[in-house]
Order: sequence, then C-alpha cells, then structure tokens
Amino acid sequence: MSKALMKGNEALAEAAVRAGCRFFFGYPITPQNEIPEYLSWRLPEVGGVFIQAESELAAINMVYGAAGSGARVMTSSSSPGISLKQEGISYIACSELPCVIVNMMRGGPGLGGIQPSQGDYFQAVKGGGHGDYHLLVLAPGTVQEMADLAFKAFALADEYRNPVMILGDGILGQMMEGIELPEFQDLSELPPKPWATTGAKGRERNIINSLYLEPEVLEQVNLRLQDKYRLMAERETMAESYLTEDAEIVLAAYGTAARIAKAAVDKARAAGIRAGLFRPITLYPFPKYELRRACQTASQVLTVEFSAGQFVEDVRYHLEFKVPVHFYGRVGVVPTTKEILEEVVRLAGSQGRSQNSEVRSQNSEFRIQNEGF
Amino acid sequence: MHEEIMIAGFGGQGVLSMGLLLAYAGMFENKHVSWIPSYGPEMRGGTANCLVAVADEAISSPLFSEPTTLMVLNRPSLEKFERDLMPGGLLIMNSSLIDMEPKRRDIRIFKVPANTLARERLGSEKVGNMILLGAYLAFSDLVRENSVTQALVKVLPEHRHHLIPLNRQAIELGRELAGSGSRRVHRNAV
Repeated sequence: MSKALMKGNEALAEAAVRAGCRFFFGYPITPQNEIPEYLSWRLPEVGGVFIQAESELAAINMVYGAAGSGARVMTSSSSPGISLKQEGISYIACSELPCVIVNMMRGGPGLGGIQPSQGDYFQAVKGGGHGDYHLLVLAPGTVQEMADLAFKAFALADEYRNPVMILGDGILGQMMEGIELPEFQDLSELPPKPWATTGAKGRERNIINSLYLEPEVLEQVNLRLQDKYRLMAERETMAESYLTEDAEIVLAAYGTAARIAKAAVDKARAAGIRAGLFRPITLYPFPKYELRRACQTASQVLTVEFSAGQFVEDVRYHLEFKVPVHFYGRVGVVPTTKEILEEVVRLAGSQGRSQNSEVRSQNSEFRIQNEGF
Repeated sequence: MHEEIMIAGFGGQGVLSMGLLLAYAGMFENKHVSWIPSYGPEMRGGTANCLVAVADEAISSPLFSEPTTLMVLNRPSLEKFERDLMPGGLLIMNSSLIDMEPKRRDIRIFKVPANTLARERLGSEKVGNMILLGAYLAFSDLVRENSVTQALVKVLPEHRHHLIPLNRQAIELGRELAGSGSRRVHRNAV
C-alpha cells in the first residue's frame, strides 16, 4: 500500500471515518481545527453528519445523544474546550456509552496559548469531571499512531462502553509524516448494541441515564465501573521501550515529548551513556508492569514533559518510589533535544562521581534522593 | 542519510511549500520524512518557518534544534536562526532581501539573489523560493529531479498546475547557479 503524506489531525479524522465514525459534533479551537475542517466535507461523502455546534457544551451533549443511539461518534477540541465538556463526559462515562474525544492540548491554564503542551495530563487520566470515573486515554507519538489509535479507539469504546480520549498536542496535529491509513471497517461486522435507543417496538425500552437516587443502586453502578477499569488495566495497556535492556538512566515521556526524548537517548548513547526510553501509549490504564520492566537496570529515571510535572507523579507512584525519578519540563515552550541531553549528562555525571568516591557517594546519593522525591 | 532542514522567511514567500516539496519527494523515494510548520496567526506577512527531516532510518525527533541545512528567505530569519545551524552545515540565503553578512565562519554559505533572478530571468518573483530549493538540491543530492516534479503535482493545487513548468525552470536555474558556485562554497567550508 502506498503512503500518504498527511497532517496528524487529518490522519486522525480520516482514520475515524474508516473506523465507522459517522457523527462529529464540535466547536472550533486552535490547534485542532484541521479535524472539523476535514470532517465537514468528508463525513457527508460517506452519509455521515457533521455539525458545528453552538458551543462545546452543546457538542458534547450531541455526542451523548448519538452515542446513546449506538452510533460511532466523535468530538474534538483543545484544552479550554475540553474543560467545558467535562460535565457531559462525566454523564457519558456514568451512562456507559462509547464515544471518542480528541484533545489536542495547548498551553494553559486559562485560555493559555496555542503552542503545544501536555498540561492536561491530570485532567485526562484522573477523571476531569466529577465522580469516580476514568476515560481510556491513548497518547499517539507519530502521525501513523494518530491514525492507528483513532481507528482502535472506536473499537475500545464499543468494547468497554466507555469514552476513549486521544490525547495529543499541536505538533502531532499539524506535523506531516508519511503514513499508511487503516482499511475501512466493515460496519456490518460490528457487534450489536442491544442497549442502544434504536426504537423500542417489540422489545423492552432501553433507558440511558446517569441519575441513581437509591444509594445502594448507585454503589452497584460505581462498583461495576471499577470492575471495568480493572479489566482495562489487565488487558489494554500499551507501551514502547527503546534501548532499556541495559539502561542505567531511563527517560520516560509520552507523545511529542517522547520523540524529543528519543533523540536525546540516541545522542546520550553516542556519548557513551547507557540511556533508554519508556513511552506509554495508554496513559490510562497506565502500563505499570511495562514501566517496571523498562526500569529494571536503571539507577535513575528522568521524565520529560511539556508541563510543570504531572506525568512524573504517576511514574514515581508506579515505580513505588524505589528508583529516583527526576523531572525535566517546560511550560509554554517545547524543550530541545540539546537541553534534555544536557540534563541526562548532568544526572549521569552526578552518579558517576558517586561511584568513584565513597564520601561523595553518600552526599551525592542523598542529593539525588532529595531531588527525586 | 539524515538531513534536517530548516526553511524560514515571511508568510507568502512559499517557505512551507518548499518544505512540503522536499517531504513529498523524500516519501516518493521510500525515505522517512517529517514536516512541521510554524507560523503566526496572520494570513500574509508574518514569520513562517518549517522543519523538514528526510532520513533512511525512522526519525526519532522531528523537532530538531540544530539543522544540517538552513535556508533563509529574509533578514530576520538569518538574524534569528543562523546560530542554530550545525557546525559545518549549509546556509543558503536569499541575498535579494538580506543586506547583511552571516557571522558564522564554521559553516558553508551560498548566496542567491532569488527575487531578482526570478523577476529578471523567469518573469515572476513568486518562484524565487524554487531557485533556492534548486540550489539546495544541487548541494545535497537529497532526492531525484523526477521525485521533485512528482511532488510539485501534489503540492500545487490543481488550478496552478499550469505553473509546474515555470517552477521546474526555477529549480533548474537554482541547480545551475549552485553548480557554478560550488567551488566558492567549499572554500568557505571548515
């Protein structure tokens, strides 16, 4: 199959169409506008519906409705717009409806800026809206993955009856790379959705709801949701480990930050430092076993983020605070390979010294631990 | 082979299209490619630049900070990005719009009065960017002529396809200039 040169946003949109997405509701915001722009002409071609809603709130509730009727449906936005959608997302999660939500993160807080960011990590993986729910969160690192994960997102959403979020940033959205698009999903092969509101003639009514006034009933709903999240954690984690087999320092990063970190790993290796990279592809569920395996030989870990330090908390937690985890992040601008490499060299150097001198070793280990925790 | 090219100028000069042409041409030759645009909110006149990587191996970071080649189409771009160019790297500058000298002594430099040549020799200043691109192709051998022609079909919208011959002429002119000027460039090399 021949390759196409596509922007990440367009690749994601086309892959969604190929996965059977026939409904898109959204409201414009930079840097994800190529997604609605593409779908505004593409969806009508395949008999689908594109609506530019009057607001983010309207858009997410249109998603709620279409998902309830059993359709494959998507919305996309960027950080401030995703914040506006949180109430609807919480309702959809509680009603156990499948849908795909794209967040091409921009700088925050507030209206922030339009430059790439990873400042919405907590919002994406810890809940975001109210109540005990989780999204399944996918973090593409290449334009190819923007397409592949968008395609997969619809299947995961249907399987778990859960909203799936694709968490990207402005660079992934606007960057072009050569990719192969997934084949069209045969929609007649999709499993039936007996719970959907498709017209109750000849059967019991299906009710879609997120209101449970009986405390015991609400608890049962919550326990069922928690069982579902445990099942996801057992079956759906994805991660990439690069040169970690013998790594003394492992860089941990996701999305675009992982691309820059990977280049820093290559440069560190060229300079004689045994560096490796761990890149989670699912951010929720977190690939903790893959992380532990990747860090088996590491005496220290460095997370690289476009944020003030969010992902680092999960890395520390899942490594059970057994390995010092350092943090390098920029907020507003994107870090360069060079500055990450300098940080790797500095950390590797401080440890090299600790092996040479016993007195210094104690001091230096103490310092590393202070920095790490 | 791993080329990291930065192209910078102001909006409307065809900076992003130059990068796209290289990315398409590289992809047609089964190389790994990436293209990242960067521009302000203006339709015209703001600053614009793009990063293009073309490589035999998978590209780890499409966001490189030390390009192997820098093409600058206006003076602010030279002032801003000259320091980032890798030592020994290639600087191609549009001397029609840049009235200052580069400061670096550890790089290769090639100057082309692209606007003037495009206007006087080809009758349209709009293809000045293609003269610079042609010069780059002569130095780098990154992609074949045929791939670039194929790429023009992709990058130019259909209603501009009648301009493909003019664009090819401009690329050819750039190649010739670079061919005759290459000795001077090598003298500058460290």
